[in-house]
Amino acid sequence: MTKIGLEIHCQLTNLESKLFCSCKANYRGFEINENICPVCMGLPGSLPRLNQEAVKKATMIAIALNCSTPKKIAFFRKNYFYPDLPKNFQITQLNIYGDTSIGGTGSVVVGDKEIRITRIQLEEDPGRLIYEGSSSKNQITLVDYNRAGTPLVEIVTEPDFEGPKQVREFLNILSDLLENLGVSDPSLEGAMRADANVSIEGGKKVEIKNIGSFHDLEKAVHFEITRQESWHSREIEIAQETRHWDDKRKITIPSRSKEEALDYRYFLEGDIPWVTIESEIHEKLKSEMPESISSKKKRYVSKYNIPPQVANVLSSNKFYSDLFEKSHSESTAKEIANIITTDLMGLVDTREKRESSKITSKHLKDLAELIQSNKISRNSAKNALYEIVKTGKDLSQVMSELDLGNVSDESELVKIIQEVISEESQAIEQAKSNPQTINFLVGKVMQKTKGKADPKLTFDLLKKEIGV
Amino acid sequence: MNLKISALEYVQEVQNGNISAEDFVSATLDRIKSVDDKLHAFLSVNDAAINQAKEIDKKIKLGDKVGICFGMPISIKDNICIKNNATTCASKMLENFVAPYDATVISKLKQEDAIFIGKANMDEFAMGLTTEFSAYGPSKNPWNTEYIPGGSSGGSAVSVSAFECVASLGSDTGGSVRNPASFCGSVGYKPTYGLISRFGLISYANSIEQIGPLTRTVKDTAFLLNLITGLDPNDSTTVDNHNEDYLSGIETGIEGKKIGIIKEMMADGTDPAVMSATKDAISKLESLGATCEEVFLDMVKYSVAAYYTITATEAGSNLARYDNLRYGYDFPVEGYEFNSYIEKARKKFGPEVTRRIILGGFVPSAGQAGKYFLKALKVKNKLTKEIDEAFKKYDLLIAPTVPILPFKIGEKIDDPVALFLVDINTVTANLTGKPAISVPFAVSNGLPIGIQLLANSMNDKILLQAAYALEQTVKLPEVPL
Repeated sequence: MTKIGLEIHCQLTNLESKLFCSCKANYRGFEINENICPVCMGLPGSLPRLNQEAVKKATMIAIALNCSTPKKIAFFRKNYFYPDLPKNFQITQLNIYGDTSIGGTGSVVVGDKEIRITRIQLEEDPGRLIYEGSSSKNQITLVDYNRAGTPLVEIVTEPDFEGPKQVREFLNILSDLLENLGVSDPSLEGAMRADANVSIEGGKKVEIKNIGSFHDLEKAVHFEITRQESWHSREIEIAQETRHWDDKRKITIPSRSKEEALDYRYFLEGDIPWVTIESEIHEKLKSEMPESISSKKKRYVSKYNIPPQVANVLSSNKFYSDLFEKSHSESTAKEIANIITTDLMGLVDTREKRESSKITSKHLKDLAELIQSNKISRNSAKNALYEIVKTGKDLSQVMSELDLGNVSDESELVKIIQEVISEESQAIEQAKSNPQTINFLVGKVMQKTKGKADPKLTFDLLKKEIGV
Repeated sequence: MNLKISALEYVQEVQNGNISAEDFVSATLDRIKSVDDKLHAFLSVNDAAINQAKEIDKKIKLGDKVGICFGMPISIKDNICIKNNATTCASKMLENFVAPYDATVISKLKQEDAIFIGKANMDEFAMGLTTEFSAYGPSKNPWNTEYIPGGSSGGSAVSVSAFECVASLGSDTGGSVRNPASFCGSVGYKPTYGLISRFGLISYANSIEQIGPLTRTVKDTAFLLNLITGLDPNDSTTVDNHNEDYLSGIETGIEGKKIGIIKEMMADGTDPAVMSATKDAISKLESLGATCEEVFLDMVKYSVAAYYTITATEAGSNLARYDNLRYGYDFPVEGYEFNSYIEKARKKFGPEVTRRIILGGFVPSAGQAGKYFLKALKVKNKLTKEIDEAFKKYDLLIAPTVPILPFKIGEKIDDPVALFLVDINTVTANLTGKPAISVPFAVSNGLPIGIQLLANSMNDKILLQAAYALEQTVKLPEVPL
């Protein structure tokens, strides 16, 4: 049986500052080595100041992943030399001297499978290495420390995944969860990275490092399973090793360094006292946490009678569920859910489109109300939505500019109906014996009004005019 | 100009208009010029000191608000960062390092208008107890320049006792303030762990070390503590002392206090002169109304081993950052593969630092940690329990600061293990986080002897009261220089 375990590194990009200093947590957009200070550069004499907000946010992640949370957490030093590591040790967490990591064992349900979480730890991100030069002979390594000290949450799972598809589903759930918690923006480059370990029946565990995005993680796992299976079928032994994900060629390659042989000499970081998370603080955090995706989904179904599959889509994505939460009332909930999932999602199907879209909750609220009072047809509503997403103009302005309002003026409608009656004499006769035909006539009226006739009013007026 | 005045006397003299900061600082610089060739207390001297003193005099004249130090010249151990000043840790590794910020103690003293007269010599990265391991040459004991001044804050102790400054800040990881204070005849203080911010102190063994003053009198130590202690957001290990005033009530006396005499710190190897000085101190304290009796701290016999294991582990990690990639000395990176670069770049550490880094790579390593590092932590915990138990019964503990007298320069430099044992009486305060003070008490063959008192955590005030009482019982001869 194939076994896959993950180690996911998630930056807390939404925090104001780094884990141990006041430089920006979101280092993107800075000049090289601009977002740095004596603390994150590990200058002699500098000391770490723990970002309490990071502790809170990481605890929220632990709670959301159903992990146990210890009363007291501690930080440890992981000692190794690397140019991206200003102090040549990383401040991280560890559970070998008691459960002192921010999160203990937990679980996430993926489809019908439970994926166990081993632990969650809060740690600092190293800087970034930039390689220049074409061959290994003239290669130079440049270091950008802007990222050094960014708060990072490492989520370690048990080897419970059975295939890449499960991995992808888990990553989707995790991304949605992190975004819903408001702790991280998974779409930012480098915000989510992962290592994976993969083994197939009869083979040893292989670690894959350096996977820079969730998208590549699935690919890497897929590649590695295929590689191992093909080796296995040719009776080549699959040894325990560490491989690197080659981002350009999309394959895994054996690591040059023997990373598994490193001795990190972990010991307690004395510069950061143990942090006690009292149960009151824990409860307060819990109460401050945004509603979970599953709870939202349940509420949408039970309270508004929204179909489960619609509720599922709506609750998973923070952008859509935020719009929904802010715009709906008891009576418009179903309509708005409908507008979002059938029309809006098609218009803003990528993050870029969502971010640049100009739609607000007020637009949705107005639109739903007009649909419900038959002032705009669903078809016209879709056109209006397209314009709103693009321009952000008021619904009323869009409607008048594009002439989208329903024809609900009786005398105007009667005129059109009379036109139809004179053109469709045969259908009129039929309608007298077969009421179904009236729908056909409604359709004709719709054609003439380009879909803007109030359907119920048209139906009633037609019946009156024909005399049925 | 009389340079042989205490910090409190200096404040009074300037306040009364008897002396000016400029005159005093200028005389101090002259003194440094005339004696420091022999003593080598300083690694660098502050060229701007005279101008800074002039500014302060101007403020005094104009009636502007002036900090309580009134331009008092203070020396600073060269492992404490002063903005825009070279801070070398007496190492070639940091030959070109100019600190871009002030340590918390420095900003506090700047606010009080202290003048940092120079950076004091020390053992490289504070590892040593003779100042012989300075990469820039040893400091010498002003009582007899053939002798070591103690260490690692040797330059600090020398500068205070040789009147090259009024007071000094050193750092104490295993006795590095108290040891040279004892050997040079000044007061040396290691506060409760966390009482003084370590922000800006270049770490050697961060979990046990503290910055501490070296002064001429116990009152001067209390005066400095009032200025530099307290919570610091930049050092999460600092403790709140609620703005304790260490000077007020310092003359309270010690009547009725119970003092434990640490038996393990007066063992067979103790120099007879040190032994008799200690006994003398005990009887003086008794005559002031204290009761003294022997106390046993079993774990003391393992304390030096535990101390070296823990400090080496932390040093190995704390000093790992010196890879010369971001600061340090002149050495081009290009053309090296990373590991061979690291090996080359880190060759500038001196022999003692190298020894401890190697030890620090070994004792906490996989397979060895259980035998060494984790065991050392156990000793630390047990020792702390023992001393906590002792403090249930006693207000104070007493022992010689160092069991032996200062020795000659070069005498023990090739015998690291013999050197280690000199630490036996001082490391306990560091391993347990307790405050301890060395009070100059006797002179034997022209070399000073210090007596050490310890108190329970946050009882720094009681400790200073006892030290003051002891100090009042003796009058020592002056440095013959």
